[in-house]
Amino acid sequence: MAARTQVADINRELYDFVKSEEGSYRAHAGLTEDIVREISARKNEPSWMLELRLKSLAIYHETPVSDWGPSIDGLDMDNIVTYVKPLTEQESNWDDVPEDIKDTFERLGIPQAERAYLAGVGAQYDSELVYHNIQKSAAEQGVVYSGIEEALHGPHAERIREHFMKLITPRDHKFAALHGAVWSGGSFVYVPKGVHMDYPLQSYFRLNAKGAGQFEHTLIIVEDDADLHFIEGCSAPKYNVANLHAGAVELFVGKRAHLRYSTIENWSKNMYNLNTKRARCDEQGQIEWISGSFGSHVGYLYPMSILAGRKAQSSFTGITFAGAGQNLDTGCKVVLAAPQTTASIETKSISKDGGISTFRSSVVATPAATGSACTVSCQSLMLDDRSRSDTIPAMDIRCEDVSIGHEATIGRISDDKVFYLMSRGISEEEARTIIVNGFAEPVSKELPLEYAVEMNNLIKLEMEGAIG
Amino acid sequence: MGELLKIRGLCAGAGDKPILHDVDLTVGAGETHVLMGPNGAGKSTLGQVIMGDPEYTVTAGSIGLAGEDITEKAVDYRSRAGLFMSFQAPVEVPGVPLNSFLRAIVAQHEELKLKGKRYKKRVAEIMQQLDMDEKYLNRELNVGFSGGEKKKVEMLQLLLLQPKLAILDETDSGLDVDALAIVSRAISMYRESCDGSLIIITHQKRLLEHFDVDRTHIMVNGRLVETGDASLVDDINENGFERFIKAAPAASAPAESEGDSAPAHFDVAAALEHMEEALAAADAAALKDTGHPLDALSADQKPGA
Repeated sequence: MAARTQVADINRELYDFVKSEEGSYRAHAGLTEDIVREISARKNEPSWMLELRLKSLAIYHETPVSDWGPSIDGLDMDNIVTYVKPLTEQESNWDDVPEDIKDTFERLGIPQAERAYLAGVGAQYDSELVYHNIQKSAAEQGVVYSGIEEALHGPHAERIREHFMKLITPRDHKFAALHGAVWSGGSFVYVPKGVHMDYPLQSYFRLNAKGAGQFEHTLIIVEDDADLHFIEGCSAPKYNVANLHAGAVELFVGKRAHLRYSTIENWSKNMYNLNTKRARCDEQGQIEWISGSFGSHVGYLYPMSILAGRKAQSSFTGITFAGAGQNLDTGCKVVLAAPQTTASIETKSISKDGGISTFRSSVVATPAATGSACTVSCQSLMLDDRSRSDTIPAMDIRCEDVSIGHEATIGRISDDKVFYLMSRGISEEEARTIIVNGFAEPVSKELPLEYAVEMNNLIKLEMEGAIG
Repeated sequence: MGELLKIRGLCAGAGDKPILHDVDLTVGAGETHVLMGPNGAGKSTLGQVIMGDPEYTVTAGSIGLAGEDITEKAVDYRSRAGLFMSFQAPVEVPGVPLNSFLRAIVAQHEELKLKGKRYKKRVAEIMQQLDMDEKYLNRELNVGFSGGEKKKVEMLQLLLLQPKLAILDETDSGLDVDALAIVSRAISMYRESCDGSLIIITHQKRLLEHFDVDRTHIMVNGRLVETGDASLVDDINENGFERFIKAAPAASAPAESEGDSAPAHFDVAAALEHMEEALAAADAAALKDTGHPLDALSADQKPGA
């Protein structure tokens, strides 16, 4: 396991709500009802939200940590409250940002001012302006795009109440419960019936403007016949003082609606990324997941599609790159719960320098899934003998009339390919990078150009061994 | 003509298995050499060893290119120094468009000064000459290409890079008449455009009909057993390799024929140490048993003798 990145001491004076609870901690779990009440009160939330938080907290306390997947022993579960704090309050400075992150900013060509902000240590950055412009333009089409906390106090409060943590419930797993108890920040998007957004919405701007949180909640509702592309996060490494991320993403896709959700995740490499994402599609609704996982020390990430309406569709295209000290357990879940639904899962994984990459998928066909079909394909590339790649596909088929296919390949970069490229003057390192980028191409071609370029740059950095 | 490629006493193998034995070969600038021999003789291996394929280990001898010893140089260095090999079976590289690949290789050869518009123009020119649709540029490198298409992509690179020396490893194999004509034209264009040298590894003479051959070499069991002029190609075409095979020593004969000092297994290090003696002994044995290959040739076949 890689040493965790050392960061500046957290100034605990800042967390008044922690301070006020001194001496009243429960022995095993720093997180108390009083803390949760305080969070809710500070956000001036409606009572139903407080109730949800408290219920979630109770579930959190009674739910054990899952006994499968990569170890999360490095997480200080007994003092989880350490992580429960708004990012904007972290006290740190540029000097404390780990060298690998600084180096990456440098090489990705991110301007100085943005670097500081992305690293969570700066405040001067004009993405607030960009965000407002996007907001204005979206509003002209009747689209709501705002912070979810603000939206709770606006005209969509009731709509949020109807959907919030209905796809991902606190009962799902311990970290879903934790999220329910302490969630903070995130995006709310509402696309009215028949509206087609002609450019993607990017949470990049919003999160940077407001400060990316560890427990952010994203709620997107795309009404019937509407169309949206949402891009989450950004590909620059996000440097966070705390090292737990337990966000939640809930996507509701209406009849004949289409939602594409793209993510390039590149948290700093001390992060435990325990994120939960789910989409529900009504009749003929389509969800497309594009997912790139590059960062984090440990990752559990399996976006799930529930195809609830007839002829609903899901496609998942993902890539995971696990380097030194990384154990990334990623994949996709699909529930075929209506007739004639179709789903495809196509993933690529790369492991290097002892990194562990595990593909885990779950396909469930309910008795209602008559005439449905699902294909699962997983290709893994191991770049050396020390790395590891596993494929764990699970299928639970309760319907006779379905077609489910699975294929998995695990391979290495062939010496022949490297020799061929080198025989044209390309260095060995570049030859390998070209081959790996080619391997990743099915994902990068689905991304907006600037993200594709950044993803290729990230692969290049990884191949140079410059990071991690 | 200056010596462009100068190979001396080259021995090479894969793992513990020796393949090439004491190969001497000199190719002058602008010369075209043909390398023939039965299947498994080591012709492709020689090409790959010259190019620097790490799958093979050079155990003795040297490879010089334009006066520089490149025996230990990396593959990419050799390319930049002016070597090129057209692969018998070019690899497929999924996800890498031909255009990106070509740009990447051109970028490694700055002397070509092929950037931006000049690159585009040059590629378009060559593709037209090769009767290739420019749509190929967007396709993934060699993925799903037919044998003929792959060979055209090799020729495209040859004409783009204009190397000092190109090794064509059975570029003509498996091609139909039209594709063969195009490949043949590409080779002529290469020779004319930059006075490039060639080592053509081939089984058939069809490809060679359109240009002059300076030297022909016959390889059997990892050795160059005969060198002649262009007429040797016709000779092989008519009579095959039979007599060369008969005349040639077995693959690892030198070390094993060493009698008292020969170890039970072929010992490369020991063989190297006693290389000259070993080779002398081998030659002597060959002469005694079957006659020297050269003698055989001069007796009944040597053209013009």
